[in-house]
Amino acid sequence: MSMPQEHDYIGLSEPLPSEKSSDKTTAAAAASNVERNGVFSLKETELRLGLPGSEAPERKGGVGIGIGIGIGVSLFGKDESKCVKSGAKRGFSDAINGAGKWGLSINGGSEVDLGQKGGVNVSAVKREIPPLEERKNEAAAAANTAPASKAQVVGWPPIRSFRKNTLATNTPKKDDVGGNSGTGTSCLYVKVSMDGAPYLRKIDLKTYCSYTEISSALEKMFSCFTIGQCGQGLAAKENISESHLMDLLHGSEYVLTYEDKDGDWMLVGDVPWEMFTDSCRRLRIMKGSDAIGLGMADDVQKHNIFDRALIFVTLICAAPRTMQKCKSQN
Amino acid sequence: MAYSFPEEVLEHVFSFLSSPRDRNAVSLVCKSWYEIERWCRHRIFVGNCYAVSPEIVIRRFPELRAVEMKGKPHFADFNLVPEGWGAYAYPWIAAMAEAYPFLEEIKLKRMVVTDESLELISKSYKNFKSLVLTSCEGFTTDGLASIAANCRHLKELDLRESEVEDLSGHWLSHFPDSCTSLVSLNMSCLGSEVSFSALERLVARSPNLRTLRLNRAVPLEKLANLVRHAPQLVELGTGAYSAEIRSDTFSSLADAFSACKQLKALSGFWDVVPSYLPAVYSACSGITSLNLSYAAIPSSDLVKLISQCQNLQRLWVLDYIEDSGLEALAASCKDLQELRVFPSDPFGAEPNVSLTEQGLVSVSEGCPKLESVLYFCRQMSNAALIAIARSRPNFIRFRLCIIEPQAADYLTLEPLDAGFGAIVENCKELRRLSMSGLLTDRVFKYIGTHAKKLEMLSIAFAGDSDLGLHHVLSGCDSLRKLEIRDCPFGDKALLANAAKLETMRSLWMSSCSVSFGACKLLAQKMPRLNVEVIDERGPPDSRLESCSVERVYVYRTVASRQRLDIPDFVWTLDEDSSMRYS
Repeated sequence: MSMPQEHDYIGLSEPLPSEKSSDKTTAAAAASNVERNGVFSLKETELRLGLPGSEAPERKGGVGIGIGIGIGVSLFGKDESKCVKSGAKRGFSDAINGAGKWGLSINGGSEVDLGQKGGVNVSAVKREIPPLEERKNEAAAAANTAPASKAQVVGWPPIRSFRKNTLATNTPKKDDVGGNSGTGTSCLYVKVSMDGAPYLRKIDLKTYCSYTEISSALEKMFSCFTIGQCGQGLAAKENISESHLMDLLHGSEYVLTYEDKDGDWMLVGDVPWEMFTDSCRRLRIMKGSDAIGLGMADDVQKHNIFDRALIFVTLICAAPRTMQKCKSQN
Repeated sequence: MAYSFPEEVLEHVFSFLSSPRDRNAVSLVCKSWYEIERWCRHRIFVGNCYAVSPEIVIRRFPELRAVEMKGKPHFADFNLVPEGWGAYAYPWIAAMAEAYPFLEEIKLKRMVVTDESLELISKSYKNFKSLVLTSCEGFTTDGLASIAANCRHLKELDLRESEVEDLSGHWLSHFPDSCTSLVSLNMSCLGSEVSFSALERLVARSPNLRTLRLNRAVPLEKLANLVRHAPQLVELGTGAYSAEIRSDTFSSLADAFSACKQLKALSGFWDVVPSYLPAVYSACSGITSLNLSYAAIPSSDLVKLISQCQNLQRLWVLDYIEDSGLEALAASCKDLQELRVFPSDPFGAEPNVSLTEQGLVSVSEGCPKLESVLYFCRQMSNAALIAIARSRPNFIRFRLCIIEPQAADYLTLEPLDAGFGAIVENCKELRRLSMSGLLTDRVFKYIGTHAKKLEMLSIAFAGDSDLGLHHVLSGCDSLRKLEIRDCPFGDKALLANAAKLETMRSLWMSSCSVSFGACKLLAQKMPRLNVEVIDERGPPDSRLESCSVERVYVYRTVASRQRLDIPDFVWTLDEDSSMRYS
């Protein structure tokens, strides 16, 4: 797994060229798929969030057919530039740095470096490709999570969750069976509930490679509860003003938490990604006030809960498309 | 009618009709037959819980004893239907609790069942006998505890592949000592460990127990004890099938199995240690159904097991069996009727086993009774499909999933139209078809022309234009369920075939090119269809009418088109012709 800002899953960037040799076949297959897809325009069937007329970011990988591929668009459409400002709140990049300390042995870059490059604006960040060995190490280390080279289409291949989850927990007898069977993770589909929302959602943890991806996906899924629909204004249920939105976000209204294998509720973002996917049984988006005292580090007093945990808003800044949107709204 | 039979005679005659279709046909003959039939109908099947309301059912059939119902569309199994969409069992359970105090059987598939529902079931029906929940969700083991504790005459508790919130294994201990009526218990989907002594006692005091499917948490060392208490078992699902290799464990297991003279079906086998497989050999000659689809067993061990099962009719297995194993299967199991091969590593970029189209070709050639197939593989060719179609014109279910979307014929790089065309042309009794691979409009032309008995069709990443959909809707006379994802099918075919949709149970289209405008038009044109636009981007009329909807689910209904449990992201047509959103 590469740098925290990598958005392979979302398909905003090309897969790293030499991550695995198998990538070449999938890349080729993907490319030919894209060509064949010229027969009917992919764009027409592509699921898009947000307003018609705005284009999804170029899919270089080309494998992203179908519903679930991260679109990287926020319905918030707020002014991202406000997020980009460093300033008193360390925000997003700091939370990711925290995760970056353990499993992502990349670059050896200091927190300060990562912070300065900022995880906030993908289009502005020049993704550093770590040296080959490190990437291979990460790939090996990340073998237990979803293969980064092949973005997964939701619901394909058509296998029921029960079977998928069981496959994943099958003790792989690799040598006997002659293949790379199964993985070590014991949790795949987890339920996500949000305080105040009338129903919960289910997500497949294995389809995400990092906290940023999962945050982005959850933000999309649940945004309709926090801000109502952001339509073109004609039939939107609630028109959230920008300032209200800022209050929501910086007011640490919601916090992402999870229940681990021992039944304890923890704040998302504290442990390395792999450890998180191994132990997460379910997710809950809690009101910030309820989250106090939840397995957090001692320095919580120093920072707003909003900064310490992963909250949707940090991801608004992540996708270039939202930059476009915000510009048009401005 | 002066010369008609007395009612009692007609009732007696009707009692020989068990199939719902026959019963439905009978009820259409004339008004008096309708009346007589409705009073003596005891079993009902509702294929779509929203096609009708509890009130309508209760009004028409006052004497029901068994209700079978399905909720969410099939694609919900693959997470294409957002959570919260619907299919709640509670309103039905609550209404039936009042109307049918003598209800005995409830069978639900893909519905949301809560603990409240389970508790209500356990307390409302004095004579409750059978609860089967297939792919359901929404309940916990507390709900199971109510069923165990209160259903005095419970015969069947079957939780096939349901998603149960596993609070503890304690629920099983709620079966009272007086409960001796159990015939079937399937708890294979549960995670937590039940009290083994409670389980053992339950099995020991249930002389009629025919089906016992354990969950993974029941260790192999204890399996022999259980089986010994129930030598009359017909279907057994093991727990984890692994233990330290010890001869005493093995021999006690082998002995227990050899005492089971009636065993016909085996399943379970999680975490298999192949050395323990021979313990079941003594039962193999009687085995007709083997579900090894959770078992990571290498091909050679699989072959050893399967070649003992000469009477095998149904095999579910992982692709570890490989082409060589399937060839062996074809050679030894001439009675095989159903084969399902699941992928062991569906998300891997490279194949991990040597399973190709050849395996399916061998089995189709070698097994004359093969009629139902579900096959996951990574490559396919028209030549293979044509060979399969020619060897096996008796297919009634053919479901092929080539893992890579839009994979072409790997030999010629052509679309697989000709191959699937051969399937529908040769297999005249085909009732269910799922396709994959690279497919153009041509395959749909073949389907429309030949697949006259086809009832259910599943399509993904296929076709070029509306013509494809039009061929299917206009040609498939028996079509009941059509589910489509990621195909360039749009408004024209849908609207041109609007009337067809009323002859079907349902149509699902996701990530296609159906516009919101067309959905509105369809709903306006067809008052007995419910056109649900399932779209998580906010109100569809906040976008252009020509914008494609994320998903549309169309089904015929005699109930209200505005179901009361509709969530935020589903839109249906309002009375005043604007798309109303809740």
